[in-house]
Amino acid sequence: MSLDTPIVSTVAPQQPAKKRKKEIPTWIGSVTLLVLFLGGWEFYVREFNVSKLILPAPSLVIEAWYASLWLPSTWYHTWITALETMLGFFFAMVFGVALGAMLGKSPRLEKMLNPFIVATQVVPKVALVPLFVVWFGFGITSKVVIAAVLAFFPIMLNTALGVKSVERGYREVLASLNASRLQKITQLEFPSALPYILTGMEMGVVLSIIGAVVGEYLGGSEGLGNLAVKEMNSYNTTALFAVIMHLSALGFVFYAIVVGLRRFLIPWHESAQVKK
Amino acid sequence: MSLQTAPAGVQGGGIAIALKEAGKDFETAEGLVRALTPTNFNVREGEFTVLLGPSGCGKTTMLRMIAGLEAPTSGTIEVDGRNLWIADKRDNVALADMGMVFQEANLFPWLSIEDNIALPLKLRGVSKSERRQRARELCKLVGITGFEKRYPRELSGGMRQRASIARALSYDPKILLMDEPFGALDAITRDAMNIELQRIWMETSKTIVLVTHSISEAVFLADRIALLSPRPGRIQEIVEVPFARPRAVSVNEDPQFQHIANHLRDRLEH
Ligand SMILES: Nc1ncnc2c1ncn2[C@@H]1O[C@H](COP(=O)(O)OP(=O)(O)OP(=O)(O)O)[C@@H](O)[C@H]1O
Ligand SMILES: [Mg+2]
Repeated sequence: MSLDTPIVSTVAPQQPAKKRKKEIPTWIGSVTLLVLFLGGWEFYVREFNVSKLILPAPSLVIEAWYASLWLPSTWYHTWITALETMLGFFFAMVFGVALGAMLGKSPRLEKMLNPFIVATQVVPKVALVPLFVVWFGFGITSKVVIAAVLAFFPIMLNTALGVKSVERGYREVLASLNASRLQKITQLEFPSALPYILTGMEMGVVLSIIGAVVGEYLGGSEGLGNLAVKEMNSYNTTALFAVIMHLSALGFVFYAIVVGLRRFLIPWHESAQVKK
Repeated sequence: MSLQTAPAGVQGGGIAIALKEAGKDFETAEGLVRALTPTNFNVREGEFTVLLGPSGCGKTTMLRMIAGLEAPTSGTIEVDGRNLWIADKRDNVALADMGMVFQEANLFPWLSIEDNIALPLKLRGVSKSERRQRARELCKLVGITGFEKRYPRELSGGMRQRASIARALSYDPKILLMDEPFGALDAITRDAMNIELQRIWMETSKTIVLVTHSISEAVFLADRIALLSPRPGRIQEIVEVPFARPRAVSVNEDPQFQHIANHLRDRLEH
């Protein structure tokens, strides 16, 4: 008993101090940084009289962005870019998961295709964009293809890695239970590879947006990428910044949806645990 | 080697598993490695058999061949009189008589404990309500009632291993095969698990073959101990353990326990 007392009394005063430190949520830090950044930007532009053509003040950008939200054309272009991104991502998922699963299951097939995969990996795929425009025209198709091609690789490679990474012990459990081929896929390989597939999807969805926007830069007359080019050509830098902001918001929404899938689809996985 | 009285589990003294000149050579980069020399050995129905031996003597190999995870390179293995391996293809009827417990619990992290336990039933097309029911009974049997809806990562190592035993028992196989199931547990938990395993064995009247390299675990659990020696792996001696059931942990203070343990230690050391 006499031993317990000093231990308790030394711990007791420390605890509230520790708690108070923890109680500041990290998002306050993030917001503070953002405010400091925007404030610094605003201050710099005003103090040094930077031309609006080079760098508009954040207040102007936000104002322009807010105004653009009431224009139907903004939402039309947003819809086009979103559609290209979603379609491209969809095809990347279908082909990426299918081919990735096959590569993961067949080491022979993987060995055979490996030189080609490496070759296509090292090609800067954005350099192929003009080619796709030539092949698929100035419409939405070429952008969908670009978005799909860019998102395809991380999805395929991560799926293959996921299927290869299935734990041996789990395989033996199913082997000792005489599971069928299909059961091995549905009960083990798919759930086991799902965290990897989701990682591939997180990388892929960002690349899909990049693909769609780069495609729009180069050809056609629709989409937020095209809108950005138009604003640039008319030297409306403030509007250009507003489009960039809008694109970032769109990208954020897509990314948040895919990241949200993680909590929803693999609540059991370490990566989906809520960290305090 | 006094003759022991029949334990609760014994059904009729029939032969559950028969190894007939069963042996295993592995092909490696350095040529053939003989993991198990052709061996004759019978496991009696309802009996608790322990395979004991130092590391690398072929215990796991022997158990994996019985479990249908590895084909023998010579001889045959019969389970309930059925040839398990015919031309390197295993007989799935014979396989269904056995449940395997691995050293790692190997519970699927994406399934709740009850879904893990009932996984073999799911593979067999048993309805969901029936699986629930069975999982609940098994949780009670292995002593993890209340954890049905939890995920494996929320359980301690000992509890996970209990769940994996429940999984192996879910489809009511006649034979339970266990490869160092408690090897990763601390000594105290291990003693507790041994007591539990003895109880489960007595309640379910299974035939159990358990692999270990712990002498005291072997003597505590076994009706018969098959002592293996390495290079090349072979059965060196079979030792009967006569203590009455249920055995308490304190049985290890019995002079005869010490005697058997010392004998095994001598044989293992030279
Ligand atoms: N897949 C394999 N390929 C080649 N050699 C193997 C293979 N599996 C086992 N062996 C060899 O067979 C012998 C017996 O191995 P086994 O795993 O059966 O031993 P063990 O008695 O279970 O040992 P431990 O107590 O360490 O688990 C060892 O010499 C091992 O190197
Ligand atoms: Mg072993």
